[in-house]
Amino acid sequence: MIKHLIAAGVLLASAATAAAQTKIELWHAMGGRLGEVVNEIATNFNKSQKEVELVPVYKGTYEETLTAVIAAFRAGEQPNIVQVFDAGAATIISAKGAVVPVEDLLKKAGVSFDIKDYISGVRYFYADTTGKMIGMPFNSSTPIMYFNVEALKKAGVTPPKTWEEFEKVTAPALKKAGFVPLAQSHLPWIFTENFMSRHNLPFASNDNGYSGVKGTKILVNNDAIKAHFTKLKEWKEKGFFGWYGAGWSDNQAPFEKQEVAMWIGSSGSFGGLTKSAKFEFSATYLPYWEAVTAKPTQTFIGGAALFALSGKSDAENTAVAKFFAYLTSPEVQYLWHRETGYVPITKAAYELATKDGHYKRLPAAEIGIKQLNLPAGEHTKGYRMGFYVQIRDVMNREYGRILTGETTVDAAFKAIEAEANKLLARFEKTVK
Amino acid sequence: MKRVIFGSSWLPYAFLAPQILIVIIFFYLPAAEAVRASFYLENPFGGGSTFVGIDNYKDVLTDDNYVRVAKFTFWFSLLVTFFSLAIALLLAVKADTVLRGAKSYRILLMWVYAIAPPVAGLIGVLMFDQHVGPITDVAALFGYKMQIGVNYNDTAAAMIIISIWKQVPVNFIFFLSGLQSIPKAVREAAQIDCRSSWRRFWTVTFPMLAPTGFFLLIINITYALFDTFAVIDVVMKNEPGSNPMTLVYKVYLDGFRGSDLGGSSAQSVILMALVLLLTIFQFRMIERRVHYT
Repeated sequence: MIKHLIAAGVLLASAATAAAQTKIELWHAMGGRLGEVVNEIATNFNKSQKEVELVPVYKGTYEETLTAVIAAFRAGEQPNIVQVFDAGAATIISAKGAVVPVEDLLKKAGVSFDIKDYISGVRYFYADTTGKMIGMPFNSSTPIMYFNVEALKKAGVTPPKTWEEFEKVTAPALKKAGFVPLAQSHLPWIFTENFMSRHNLPFASNDNGYSGVKGTKILVNNDAIKAHFTKLKEWKEKGFFGWYGAGWSDNQAPFEKQEVAMWIGSSGSFGGLTKSAKFEFSATYLPYWEAVTAKPTQTFIGGAALFALSGKSDAENTAVAKFFAYLTSPEVQYLWHRETGYVPITKAAYELATKDGHYKRLPAAEIGIKQLNLPAGEHTKGYRMGFYVQIRDVMNREYGRILTGETTVDAAFKAIEAEANKLLARFEKTVK
Repeated sequence: MKRVIFGSSWLPYAFLAPQILIVIIFFYLPAAEAVRASFYLENPFGGGSTFVGIDNYKDVLTDDNYVRVAKFTFWFSLLVTFFSLAIALLLAVKADTVLRGAKSYRILLMWVYAIAPPVAGLIGVLMFDQHVGPITDVAALFGYKMQIGVNYNDTAAAMIIISIWKQVPVNFIFFLSGLQSIPKAVREAAQIDCRSSWRRFWTVTFPMLAPTGFFLLIINITYALFDTFAVIDVVMKNEPGSNPMTLVYKVYLDGFRGSDLGGSSAQSVILMALVLLLTIFQFRMIERRVHYT
């Protein structure tokens, strides 16, 4: 009898804890090694406390995750948190009532929040017009140039600081040494968005689109970038630049196979490269054109942010805030940074990584965050444009056509400008 | 056909009801919704929408890229349909005359049919991969640098070849059964009258196959227009870039990847109209020339 009572008591108690535990769901787009680290963070978080259980769900690529959450939101079955990438930020931020701003969420749950705690390149990318943080920066990366140390030694050159140096010194030497000097994995992100930021050029009207969707126009059709793509085409013909299509890994593979000596990828590629590249590699800043600017500025962050979706109970929102607080703690950020190569998003985490000697052991791991901390300019905080996923696809299409000789640089940029502005005007009508 | 007389007047409708219900739920309602959405610009998250009249249609039809995609779709469908039918017919005629081991031959020719389109696409992508693909290596032997995902024509060729490869077995099965249903007496009579097998084929066998051929033609055009989606998607590897694509794929890209519901709906309405026209044309123009036995 007593046994039964105890058993019943135990059952009741466990039922009570199960009921007290709030379950929250996170939809993300982190595959492979990155996904493993996300799961590790979730497991650690669930072990660290008893009130909240976080369930991470992998939803495919960035685009697929955004599509999935749109469908789920319309059906009223959205998760608590979704990871949305840079290009989709305008879509979710401009949608009235789709998200709970992370700043409000944290403050309501009593978690201290100061936007100044975040490193400068990260701070305002997912903020609204007033500077209020809407999405929690999660995996933040920036384009950096990786290089094969042996290849550069063989050619007797150092990694180029400017494109002028690349063209005159680095590329000819590397070509002579039997390498394709340069490849990159994302023309719109690296050679458009960050090209603008690195040279402090305006990318869109209305403060790069941050001060509202009304009348925002893209400013991509300028001489500096046209000159850059004219050079790219020329370099491709001369054998200075390898282009293997719009796919990310198609361009990374030849670097890993040591056919390409320098590859511009994401600072978040670092973790994967340490496993896949069977040679010594290092990294440096994204080069700039001296002819365009004498004072190069910082780059934008790429990657994605976590958004808390609306329509959830206060208890669940508090649970989300708890997870965000855990996620931004220096230790967790350092783990994320160390394992993946994505930059730590807070200053405290950066200090912890420095103190731990992470950058003494791997100097290349610091390049991304150092580049994000370079002097800022008027146009370097990011961009906010609607239907930007499509605008990127237009860019990719026209860049591909430039590089395969189907169109000219002038015609391509004219087409990008016209199509992007048409898309922006259309997007304006979806936001009321 | 036999006329069936029902005792009560509602019974035939009751029998038809499930089918009609399915058609309404899965075809008419979504189609009506697409027509409605094509006149709006809608926030993807459902926040707001603006009535824009025929702006979506104007935007689509004045888009250079849309015209380019439409042109590609035309050539793609034409080539895929023609070659899947031609190769299948050739194989069927040859397999029909095989005497020893006929079954093994036929099974070998059919089994690609069992492969799901995305898997077929994947196998194709591996064969054509610009870094490790064996077909790319073969092309390199002839001094041609094949680059899928970079060169427009190479990518188009890969898409067409994979699509044809996937479709040939279906056509083969139909053609073979079509050939076997031609009465022996007719064939033997033809054999006595004409010694040239080439002429016999075109004057006797081919016309006898016409009903099968006509049916397959419609099936294949539909396949090339719509069912090749999976193949194109796999070859594209999630980055449309400057790669060729069909109209259906563009509907998906703009609507799902780009969250532009209005523009995507307008495109699908245009496509619906095209398919309707095509079907009417096929039945009116071609069926007249087909003789059913």
